Amino acid sequence: MAENKATIVVFSGDMDKIFAAFSIATGAAAAGMDTTLFFTFWGIKAIQKGNLTGKGLMGKMLGLMNRGGLGRLGPSRFNFGGLGRWMFKKMMTEKGVTPLEELRQTLIDLDVHFLACKMSMDVMEIKREDLIDEVEDVVGVAKFVKEASDSAIQLFI
Amino acid sequence: MDIKVDKVQNSIGQMCPMPIAFLAKTVRKMEVGQVLEVQADDDGAHADIPAWCEQTGNEFLGEENAGDFFRYFVKKTG
Repeated sequence: MAENKATIVVFSGDMDKIFAAFSIATGAAAAGMDTTLFFTFWGIKAIQKGNLTGKGLMGKMLGLMNRGGLGRLGPSRFNFGGLGRWMFKKMMTEKGVTPLEELRQTLIDLDVHFLACKMSMDVMEIKREDLIDEVEDVVGVAKFVKEASDSAIQLFI
Repeated sequence: MDIKVDKVQNSIGQMCPMPIAFLAKTVRKMEVGQVLEVQADDDGAHADIPAWCEQTGNEFLGEENAGDFFRYFVKKTG
């Protein structure tokens, strides 16, 4: 039975796709839907505090090259080693688009649930304390399936 | 439009999805029967505000062109 719920998998760590995910989640939560964002793989960057992560050599290298935090996300196209990110941010600021940080805070204010994928965190050597405090839980796929199975909206971004 | 307004929300300069996010937050704090005036200049609001009302069970009373922006009237019924 589809309930008044929305469940979105945030797989991508690209700035533009995070924008899409956050905007849709805002709309769903604003419409009174019980909304959950399930962050996995690159998407975890969007809920990281932004400190360096990793335990072993490869984990630390990954933590350096794929450093988390909303401010470090680049667009999926035309990033040009960071120039694209700068350009997009400038264009969005000029047009009055809400920054990702503010959008994430809006989601928190609207009681959107943030869940993080345990498996991705293990692989990438990201610890719970590397994530922002608002993350409700670190979970597995069964939790996502349960939430998604009775949601009227399910998306994979 | 001759509508008695209980509260005004200034969303001028805000882009999607913020007018709707603020609309939801503001209406939450209002009493049933009260009317909110949303002032917005984002073109998306023409479709978004009535759609939000329909989905949440609140009443969309109409819109009014105020020159640089539009006024949207929402009555809390849900």
